[in-house]
Amino acid sequence: MTDQVISTDPEVNDAPQSGLASFWFYFSENKGAVVGLCFFVAICLIAVFADFVAPHAPNQQYRDFFLVPPVWQEGGSWQFILGTDAVGRDMLSRLIHGSRFSLFVGIIVVVGAVTVGVTIGLIVGYVGGALDTLVMRLMDIILAFPSLLLALVLVAVLGPSLTNAIIAIAIIQQPHYVRLTRAAVLGEREKDYVTAARLAGVGPIRLMFRTILPNCMAPLIVQAALSFSTAILDAAALGFLGMGAQPPTPEWGTMLAEAREFILRAWWVVTLPGLAILMTVLAINLMGDGLRDALDPKLKRS
Amino acid sequence: MFGFLLKRFGLLIPTFLGVTLAAFSFVRILPGDPVLLMAGERGVTPERHAQLLEQFGFDRPLYVQYFDYLFSALRGDLGQSLVTKRPVWDEFFTLFPATFELSICAIIFALVIGLPIGMLAAIKRGTWFDQSLMGAALVGYSMPIFWWGLLLIILFSGTLGWTPVSGRISLLYYFPNVTGLMLVDSLLSGQKGAFASAVSHLILPTIVLGTIPLAVIARQTRSAMLEVLNEDYVRTARAKGLSAKRVIGVHALRNAMIPVITTIGLQVGVLMAGAILTETIFSWPGIGKWLIDSISRRDYPSVQGGLLMIAVIIMFVNLVVDLLYGLINPRIRHKG
Repeated sequence: MTDQVISTDPEVNDAPQSGLASFWFYFSENKGAVVGLCFFVAICLIAVFADFVAPHAPNQQYRDFFLVPPVWQEGGSWQFILGTDAVGRDMLSRLIHGSRFSLFVGIIVVVGAVTVGVTIGLIVGYVGGALDTLVMRLMDIILAFPSLLLALVLVAVLGPSLTNAIIAIAIIQQPHYVRLTRAAVLGEREKDYVTAARLAGVGPIRLMFRTILPNCMAPLIVQAALSFSTAILDAAALGFLGMGAQPPTPEWGTMLAEAREFILRAWWVVTLPGLAILMTVLAINLMGDGLRDALDPKLKRS
Repeated sequence: MFGFLLKRFGLLIPTFLGVTLAAFSFVRILPGDPVLLMAGERGVTPERHAQLLEQFGFDRPLYVQYFDYLFSALRGDLGQSLVTKRPVWDEFFTLFPATFELSICAIIFALVIGLPIGMLAAIKRGTWFDQSLMGAALVGYSMPIFWWGLLLIILFSGTLGWTPVSGRISLLYYFPNVTGLMLVDSLLSGQKGAFASAVSHLILPTIVLGTIPLAVIARQTRSAMLEVLNEDYVRTARAKGLSAKRVIGVHALRNAMIPVITTIGLQVGVLMAGAILTETIFSWPGIGKWLIDSISRRDYPSVQGGLLMIAVIIMFVNLVVDLLYGLINPRIRHKG
């Protein structure tokens, strides 16, 4: 069941009522979404095959080649297509390997936040009462803090590392799923098909996960795409502030932080990692817009 | 209206208690003993340790400590910074005007550009004009702003040499701190060039901090406008022969503004998170930079106090937005 929720590949996911073809029809109407999808698939492939695609090892230092500019600039060479950084590491290889970290962060955060958030949301929406009030107040408190600030403080408590950054970001993301799921469950709970299932003797667990949940999927999938891109941005921001992945990890945000002092001397060490973040996040957001258009029947006409 | 206000205020109390509880727990869940944490690397003797434990009241039951913390916080006592030894409350309010000024400029920038973009895109819906504006808005929405800031520095400070790289004003100017807002103080000082210097320092941070709110406001305005333009009363207004300008500017815009105001209110949290990054890049002496410095210096009372104050500010702004909402839309007021 979780697989269905977390998968961000729109070809696997589908609006429950309509077929794959109808989903693809609406999704492909949005040209931007298709471009985003292609780009996203390309990044995924690069991340998976990073060891084969990258021309150099990401942490290999070439001591004779500090801050070599990209190939098209004077002084550049084909050996280092996008140049090297301050300690002679190949930028292209580091960027390619960096895609692994960003996608990894996105996937783990979404899986974690969706699993926990949807389960809590289903339970409190179904059970209601004091438990509902208590949990929702708790979620309100988490949402009262700006997400990056809360992530920073959590990382300060847990200690700066990529793993802790992922945990912190997943914690601040899951209230959104709790709220969405709860709201959807409250809307579905009293409908006839649920009553019918209950009368047919379906137990509460099955009722929650098999009967109600599939009918609440559309907003959750859209939210998943959104939190995938937010997670990548937040993890990069934490890395940039020195609170995420630690050097020499080729994480894009961490690379930017390391490159800051060369900002006026070597534009490529600053520009390229950020461009990688922007393109990835943009591709996912484009896909998210397409998913929303295809899955949200209310917005279908606009 | 008064009942609505009272009710809305009452809803704040549990959230406020929760937020104080969260800030209180923050120091408690840190691994290790609070006294040792405060002593830092120097360490303390066992006698001094026991003495400090008693002095800070860490030997009392947790709920007593929490209520003590809560009532101190209500009186404006947030403890003392471990680094500067000044009260956290004073530190916060010395630095807050800088962040406030930057945030206000950023939100004005976002509104002045975002609202017309959203409206134009809605009016010209489906054209290449609409598509390119919304494409640009999505790029802005996806922007890692810490990188955006570095890019702008490379272009405007490095290559063109138009704007300074960091700080709030050139060191050439010195004038008394009246409001804490550099734009106002520099004008009050009457010194030649001081205001221009303050403005030139503000431009890049304003753009960086305002980018995401701008994109969100533009997208939200467009979809709110589209929704409203389909309504019957807009068609009626058109059928009555009102000019397009009047239909859009008066009839449609007023109703489209309701969701947009909520969006603006929600941007306060975005601004606070963005301030941490923006202020770090531009060495802007505000609470964002102060917080990240406090975190890396392990100045826990400052982090705790800052966390609480920011949450309270966000709660307060959300309250104001809700009240505004009630003023604009009587239906909500009566339902509430």
